[in-house]
Amino acid sequence: MTTRKGTGQGGPSRRAMLTGTAKAVGVAAVFGLGLHTIVAGQATVKAAQALRPPGALADERDFLAACTRCGLCVRACPYDTLKLAGVADEAPIGTPFFTARDVPCEMCEDIPCVVACPTGALDHGLTDITKADMGVAVLIDRTTCLNMLGLRCDVCYRVCPLIDEAITLDMRPNTRTGVHAIFEPTVHPDACTGCGKCEKACVLPEAAAIKVLPREVALGSSAEHYRLGWEEKRKHGEALIQDTIDLPDRGYSPDHVESTPSGGLKGFKP
Amino acid sequence: MSTTPKNPAAGRDIVLPQDPARLAVAAKGRLRASKWLLLRRVSQALALVLFLTGPLLGVWIMRGTLASSEILGVVPFTDPLVFVQSLAAGHGLIATAWIGAALLVALYVVFGGRAFCSWVCPVNVLTDGAHRLRVRLGIKQGLQISRSARLWALAAVVAVSALAGSIAWEVVNPVTLLHRELVFGVVFTGSLAWMLIGGVVLFDIFAANRGWCGHLCPVGAAYGLIGTASLTRVSARARDACDQCMACYHVCPEPHVINPALKGGEGETPVILSRDCTNCGRCIDICHRDVFAFTHRFDHRTVEPANDTEPKSRPAAPAAAE
Ligand code: SF4
Ligand code: SF4
Ligand code: SF4
Ligand code: SF4
Repeated sequence: MTTRKGTGQGGPSRRAMLTGTAKAVGVAAVFGLGLHTIVAGQATVKAAQALRPPGALADERDFLAACTRCGLCVRACPYDTLKLAGVADEAPIGTPFFTARDVPCEMCEDIPCVVACPTGALDHGLTDITKADMGVAVLIDRTTCLNMLGLRCDVCYRVCPLIDEAITLDMRPNTRTGVHAIFEPTVHPDACTGCGKCEKACVLPEAAAIKVLPREVALGSSAEHYRLGWEEKRKHGEALIQDTIDLPDRGYSPDHVESTPSGGLKGFKP
Repeated sequence: MSTTPKNPAAGRDIVLPQDPARLAVAAKGRLRASKWLLLRRVSQALALVLFLTGPLLGVWIMRGTLASSEILGVVPFTDPLVFVQSLAAGHGLIATAWIGAALLVALYVVFGGRAFCSWVCPVNVLTDGAHRLRVRLGIKQGLQISRSARLWALAAVVAVSALAGSIAWEVVNPVTLLHRELVFGVVFTGSLAWMLIGGVVLFDIFAANRGWCGHLCPVGAAYGLIGTASLTRVSARARDACDQCMACYHVCPEPHVINPALKGGEGETPVILSRDCTNCGRCIDICHRDVFAFTHRFDHRTVEPANDTEPKSRPAAPAAAE
């Protein structure tokens, strides 16, 4: 945009151009900073809360570098599980996510959402839906879960597509009645895909007692600085330290009660 | 660059017609005087309708949004600017996206880079409206923004993508925000989207003439860069017939592109080669002497005025004022 005055003798127009450029760089920098603030803010604040479609790149930063927010995955999902985030949703605007309590992922064998993704934000290397990692279910409220109250609801366990792998019912004594058992729904993070069918099915009236959370939120980091004696023993085939002196246990006669392999008490009947 | 008006003092006396289409309508009828505008609006409507037949009627023609899409489940498209941002953010993208971006670049090289702006972009409908309103309200003052500001914005957008490691512009891009809102029917959940889009419109009405699309939008700038090689171009081929009515300058969203072609001397091409030209064809509509026509960029022919009339000796007006 040359101004009429500027076209004169070269000198002024050159200066005008230089200050113009400086101004433009300045404004662009301010604009860039603002944009960066918004982008970085959305990525960090919202990343931790959203459940992504199967195959979504695990690192949220990688995902946001790849996802064009096109919604092709959303369109491909036959169960209308996926949604593009609006401003108020838990994912950065326009990115796909799902709310397990509303519509969980049905774990389609052909994973149409991944196939539809044109960018690789959903990793096309995922061909076995049971290897998906959308999150991890956590029995988050142990005070309202009916099984934890000693009832036999079992619904979350029954609906799990990976029943007995991703979720088991672990039995322990009901100390309230003294004669019954509590069948605790126990999720095994290695197998759980985070599909959310358990969360959806939980019979509690509003919020579920079992919820799928993003893996980073759900899990602690494993205690790698600890050696687990029983693991070491298993690997080694026998105890690492031999010939320890086994002193007799006072007042305890192992004839009556035997340990079962899983550690439960054999003599105990629910 | 600009031709000196023959009679600068006279410039002030020219009263631009309240309705710049008046002469054209008189010369060729309302329909022909709005032919390209109507076609453009149809095309812009199709850019929504083709995406909406799927969710509304179950007939899937286009899926996705303007960021990435798919025709009939086969042909992929990926917006070149989104593509570049993703690369800058450090993601390699899979083949589909590469093919999709290449196809779109090819398409827009053929039809004109910023043909995206005037034929597809949903924001354009709004900013055209904002411009009309601005003219109707008689608002003259405004921010003077450099036409190259959008290139700086574009550079900033790519830089932020690289820095933040994320496709940055998609967080606030009014173009895809609006399209996504409309196509995915989340119209009432995205208040931010509407605030942004409302902001753009208000900015164009009150703050700067053609402020957004003409000066700032980095998406338009990116398509403009593709347009450097556009095959389809408008030519002021019958420029000798021009009677300086100025209607074309008045309606052109990027009026600076007209001058070199229309006022070019002997031996200078009548083709509008500027990458800023959106190929909207409004100048073709509005010219009552049929100076302009679509052609390809290598067609440097000029044609003699169709009818015998001499160029009217209206006083020359100053070059397009912004
Ligand atoms: S696996 Fe199936 S149900 Fe789950 S998100 Fe993908 S398409 Fe939807
Ligand atoms: S299909 Fe891929 S790029 Fe498109 S919204 Fe889904 S994850 Fe993002
Ligand atoms: S989320 Fe629940 S239902 Fe799905 S795999 Fe994990 S435990 Fe099973
Ligand atoms: S300049 Fe930007 S907002 Fe305007 S029409 Fe072009 S792409 Fe759309």
